[in-house]
Amino acid sequence: MQSIISVQGLTKTYASGFSALRNVSLEIRRGEIFALLGPNGAGKTTLINIICGIVNPTTGVVLADGHDVVRDFRAARARIGLVPQELATDMFEKVRATVSFSRGLFGKPPDPARVEQVLRAVSLWDKRDAKIMMLSGGMKRRVMIAKALAHDPMILFLDEPTAGVDVELRRDMWAMVRGLRDSGVTIILTTHYIEEAEEMADRVGVINKGEIILVEDKATLMRKLGKKQLRIHLQAPLPSVPEALRQYPLELAGNGSELVYTFDAHTEGSGIAALLRSLNEQGIDFKDLHSTESSLEDIFVSLVRSTP
Amino acid sequence: MNLHAIRAIYAFELSRWFRTLGQSIASPVISTSLYFVVFGAAIGSRMGTIDGVSYGAFIIPGLVMLNLLTESISNASFGIYMPKFSGTIYEVLSAPVSAIEVVLGYVGAAATKSVLLGLLILVTARVFVPYQIEHPLLMLGFLVLTAITFSLFGFIIGVWADGFEKLQVIPLVVVTPLTFLGGSFYSISMLPPVWQTIALFNPVVYLISGFRWSFYGISDIGVGISLGMILVFMAGCLAVIAWIFRTGYRLKS
Repeated sequence: MQSIISVQGLTKTYASGFSALRNVSLEIRRGEIFALLGPNGAGKTTLINIICGIVNPTTGVVLADGHDVVRDFRAARARIGLVPQELATDMFEKVRATVSFSRGLFGKPPDPARVEQVLRAVSLWDKRDAKIMMLSGGMKRRVMIAKALAHDPMILFLDEPTAGVDVELRRDMWAMVRGLRDSGVTIILTTHYIEEAEEMADRVGVINKGEIILVEDKATLMRKLGKKQLRIHLQAPLPSVPEALRQYPLELAGNGSELVYTFDAHTEGSGIAALLRSLNEQGIDFKDLHSTESSLEDIFVSLVRSTP
Repeated sequence: MNLHAIRAIYAFELSRWFRTLGQSIASPVISTSLYFVVFGAAIGSRMGTIDGVSYGAFIIPGLVMLNLLTESISNASFGIYMPKFSGTIYEVLSAPVSAIEVVLGYVGAAATKSVLLGLLILVTARVFVPYQIEHPLLMLGFLVLTAITFSLFGFIIGVWADGFEKLQVIPLVVVTPLTFLGGSFYSISMLPPVWQTIALFNPVVYLISGFRWSFYGISDIGVGISLGMILVFMAGCLAVIAWIFRTGYRLKS
């Protein structure tokens, strides 16, 4: 199936000489939630801004649903909704008026019923006649989401949607984004919170220093790069790993009170059973077992560190 | 053509104006009234007629122009500067709208406001001085053309400005002096010959002269030339705006 967004050989060099993107190519699949991860200044926002028409590309082509975002900008942009990172709103406007404005700006005829639906979807209907300046930060963020949805886009960009949003609201927002995906909207989000990508994304892309260094199914990525650890809390501390257990990848931790066993999450037969038998044979008693899986965060940190 | 977008921008800009209608109307009406009290009644009563027109009536077209220029520039420059300042410009830049539609929306709204204000000042003037308009249609034509031209000019200033001071500087340093020296309160023929020549380099002289002609049939300069000068200035502004959108100057990086 044709990608809904196709980025080919995209480069952006700012007037200052800073090159924000270097030969970026990326395909976004129809109907997925794609998380773009990267440290500050990696080029996430530049990439989004080029796709949305806010920044001019230096070289390269972007197609949105088959339409070139520069040459065929009307068709391309009509399909895209953008929620930028900065909370930029017309402070003195009322909620409903600003959402209706967005709908018109994107070329749709006025439709109060649709605007009501959108406002209800982001739980802002009670605030429809409130001035934006009177709203809390989380509500302002939702106003911006409503504005981006007002023209029924098929592609939605969320640039750091939950930056500075409290935990509960973040969960609401995730539920909302999933609901949108279920209604057929393709979602591209950038985030600092790896937890967010882990929770939401179907696929993950990692960008660093203007280059895409990895694009992968989230599940595959976690499987490929994920490590599992088993921590064994001992009854009595050990001075060192006993000779008989040297065959296992073991380390002592917690001043000798814990044994840490590391293994690949995807290998069949973790060897835990054999290890436990050996412990038993050595007469090493333990009071607790605790297994952990490396998070996307660990994977991300190790990826970004390893790129020169 | 994205008509919905033009309508949305236009309505949005006008609603911003109506929200502060009191202030928007009060200041020009009060200042015009003051001019009439000072120049029309106090000083005007001691002055003779100019080309058969009483001084109070003579200054009306100049006063309307003075307000029209100031308001057009400030409305249009503020209209496009504010989204840049607050960051909401992202929405306009990412919308399926062309430069022409953006300009029609913003400049159209600014020009509409100043035309309404110009008419309001004419009504206010009527309270103080009786006057007649010889060529009402041409008068309206001058009013609209000037409002559009200077709203375009204001739009350029709004794009160029990267701070509130810059927003004020051109109207204050360039436009107000040109208007005062452009014959709002006197006929160019009252100046010494050297200054008459110098005045011809002031574009506002042509605006006021042409506008005054539509009222009283008297002018310092031929009407055709006045009209031509407005169109030349308008073409200049359009060229600059076309360049702004082609290069993305101060809008896009």
